[in-house]
Amino acid sequence: MPAESDNEMEILPAAGPIAQTAKDFKSDQMVRWCPGCGDFAILATVQKLMPTLGIPREKIAFVSGIGCSSRFPYYMNTYGFHSIHGRAPTVATGLKCANPDMQVWVVTGDGDGLSIGGNHLIHALRRNVDLKILLFNNRIYGLTKGQYSPTSEIGKKTKSSPMGTIDAPLNPISLALASEASFVARAVDTDLPFLSEVLTRAAHHKGSVFVEIFQNCIVFNDGAFENVAAKDVREEKMMKVQHGKPMIFGAKKDKGIRLNGLEPEVVTFDPAAPPKDLFVHDEKAPSATLANMLGHLAEPVPQGIFRAVERPMLHELMDAQIDQARTAKPADLQKLLNGPETWTVAA
Amino acid sequence: MSDTSTPPKPSKLPIEEIESAVIRFAGDSGDGIQLTGMQFTTTTAFAGNDLATFPDFPAEIRAPVGTTAGVSGFQIQFSSRQVLTPGDAPDVFVAMNPAALQANYKDVKKGGMILVNKDTFNAGNLKKAGYAVNPLEDGSLSDFRVIPVELGRLTRNALDGMGLTATETERCKNFFALGMMYWLYDRPMEATLKWIETKFKKNPKYVEANHKALHAGNAYAETAEIFGHHFRVNKAPIKPGLYRNITGNEATALGFIAASVGAGRPLWYGSYPITPASDVLHELSKNKNFGVKTFQAEDEIAAVGSAIGAAFAGHLALTGTSGPGIALKAEAIGLAVMTELPLIILNVQRGGPSTGLPTKTEQADLFQAMYGRNGECPAIVVAAATPGDCFQMAYEAARLAVKYMTPVFLLTDGYLANGSEPWLIPQAKDLKPFEKVPLPPVGEFKLYKRDPETMARPWVSPGTAGYEHRLGGIEKQDVTGNISYDPDNHERMVRLRAAKVNKAAQDIPPLEILGEKKGKVLVIGWGGTYGAITAGVQNLQKAGKSVSSIHLRHLNPLPPDLGDIMAGFDHVVIPELNMGQLLKIIRAKYLVPATGLNKIKGQPFKVTEIEEGVEAILKGGK
Repeated sequence: MPAESDNEMEILPAAGPIAQTAKDFKSDQMVRWCPGCGDFAILATVQKLMPTLGIPREKIAFVSGIGCSSRFPYYMNTYGFHSIHGRAPTVATGLKCANPDMQVWVVTGDGDGLSIGGNHLIHALRRNVDLKILLFNNRIYGLTKGQYSPTSEIGKKTKSSPMGTIDAPLNPISLALASEASFVARAVDTDLPFLSEVLTRAAHHKGSVFVEIFQNCIVFNDGAFENVAAKDVREEKMMKVQHGKPMIFGAKKDKGIRLNGLEPEVVTFDPAAPPKDLFVHDEKAPSATLANMLGHLAEPVPQGIFRAVERPMLHELMDAQIDQARTAKPADLQKLLNGPETWTVAA
Repeated sequence: MSDTSTPPKPSKLPIEEIESAVIRFAGDSGDGIQLTGMQFTTTTAFAGNDLATFPDFPAEIRAPVGTTAGVSGFQIQFSSRQVLTPGDAPDVFVAMNPAALQANYKDVKKGGMILVNKDTFNAGNLKKAGYAVNPLEDGSLSDFRVIPVELGRLTRNALDGMGLTATETERCKNFFALGMMYWLYDRPMEATLKWIETKFKKNPKYVEANHKALHAGNAYAETAEIFGHHFRVNKAPIKPGLYRNITGNEATALGFIAASVGAGRPLWYGSYPITPASDVLHELSKNKNFGVKTFQAEDEIAAVGSAIGAAFAGHLALTGTSGPGIALKAEAIGLAVMTELPLIILNVQRGGPSTGLPTKTEQADLFQAMYGRNGECPAIVVAAATPGDCFQMAYEAARLAVKYMTPVFLLTDGYLANGSEPWLIPQAKDLKPFEKVPLPPVGEFKLYKRDPETMARPWVSPGTAGYEHRLGGIEKQDVTGNISYDPDNHERMVRLRAAKVNKAAQDIPPLEILGEKKGKVLVIGWGGTYGAITAGVQNLQKAGKSVSSIHLRHLNPLPPDLGDIMAGFDHVVIPELNMGQLLKIIRAKYLVPATGLNKIKGQPFKVTEIEEGVEAILKGGK
């Protein structure tokens, strides 16, 4: 178990010497999401976060695929690439490895990232590409006007499932953990201070970041997460996990999670005297087993950082091999062209 | 019986000088056929002959032993004059087993020699090869001079007492056969002996065994007097200089590395393994000391996506595959067209459609390169003519992509990829560096403001302060590059993208005409058919026929002088290993009644097929 004094906020570097404000990160393009869309809040949070990172905006890139969330890069005055459906992690991988000086963010959605682009997502995560992948999960296809997505609840009635969906949804957190993402987190579009906290951690993590953001689609899936994320219920239905802290939730801090064998269970107690055997969160655990158990918890729904571990990043490994090859054999184009065996044809 | 302990004495048997020869080795894919062929090739190149090779192997790595499905072949033509193809019909064919004989004997020249490994002609192998009766005994090979040799037994005798296992001994029999062929064509064995020493330097026993097998085969060919006499092919009049042997895939990889040096930008190769393109990935992966970044992606789409990301980042970015992979990459290539990023797309074509014939050659992806995307989505298309030309065209593809800020297809094919030829090694210092276009001042920067000469937009690497911008697949507003749904703007942009690709015509050198500028028939080729077409046309010209030929390396845009050249001839014939794709493009663009000469067998053209096809046009006067 980690030491109690391991305060995660202490490891974050202070803002850099560059004077930038949120305004510097707003592009001149009109934001074209539906009024009331959860994406506005996420955009504003990210624009506010950027100046605190101490990275000049030309060293930041946002890459996206297709879908409502994927319009994001157009609204950021950084470098940006609005690519094609599902493929943002591939473009971002090329960009990051070719230019490791860039901080590269990927903005995707439940359709873009988990359906058409599911394959790229898992491979970017397992390679530990240094990408900050934000997956806006609204459990619906918005840009195509309301079909079910890979995270839609079973039985959900949509335009393409008038009798209810028959496809079981997948769990984005479990998928990311199974793909060995080195940073896995969840936040909600309506709790901006906490979203900002999670994204700040994400920004400073070195390696593949996966953040699922519960996001409301006001037109096609309004109230997507109301049952757990609405202001009046969220303290009871969701739980913020913190590294090294026991898992406690509830408006009165009177509920917690305890392990019963291999199963987590909710216990209620007097907040003045919480039980000693509450489950203590360890985001740095070498194995993803406990994080995955949390990922499957349906009530309360955990948010915060499930896992944050360090391992070598793809661009580092790639560059190291190039250095190693150069040390072993300096680049000599003529030698390369000559190859192992030559012969001379005399005049 | 030969005595391997004494070096072979100069032969007393007569030697006949011949101009050229075609030989083919074939056996199980585990028989070391490709290796044997490559050794013969190296020795032949060192002897100063011109040559061309064609390996032909099955898609299965180890198909059932002894079956025709597992037969691997290697053909080489070598000559004291210019060689343009691996040859139509072998003069000498070495069959390591009945299946190899069954699969190949029909190709052998009438009266040609077939050397068979007699040991393998037992009931089991004959049955596996589909023979009811032993072909060595039923007279079915009466058109050929059949020479049965007990390769297995003779190799065992030669290596007797060395303490090798049966399998180890068996593995040396290809060198016994190679030794025989070296005697037959009066070749020195030093290069192969040296190669064996290097290859098995960790295992002196294998060096000795293979040396012995090679010497034994050589001595046996002479002392047993099985060939009666032997041949000499003199040096060819080859342009002086330093040469190496090179396959198309090797040349392609070297061309890209050279282009990276020329462009002054690191190379990114995003690829997913696929036959027959994988060797380019292997070759580039070996050369990371040049700063080459190879990325074996999770699929074809990720491969091209990563290359687009790397191009955005300012790298010289490529993706390479074969036809099925191009199909998967199509949408992303459209993105590169829209975002006007330089991207080189290598297609080592193979037989299609679908999985098709993975190890066989075809030219049926020209339409795919030209039109295989949604929307009006033009790209530059170039094609290599010979294995060595792959180097030149890889360099050219990269240069055009960067100059015009657009995707460029490089088409090669399985025949070029695996075939090899002696290559006059280019001088690195003579390679022309790419032109660098400076960025406009920050205040004047517009993402889609075009260079007046090339119509290219500026290429800004992320990280450059003051030039922050967003690219994407949605239609761009002219000049600013912002999103635009304006109808007039869309039409303008579609026309601008097409005009930009057409601008590349200004870079195409005048076509070289083989033969007269006017005449009865003009043969137009592209890609790997160059050798067969050129040899066929040369033969027709020698026979006094009014035939000329040109070979296209630039397919989109087409060379500006093509129309005028065609106007000088009564007939235009376009041989292609497809149903007539260039034919349709040329007919549509120039409204000429060109005729196709088409073959879709997964095999290259034979020279005689070109000659006969053109003769038919000449006779028919069509």
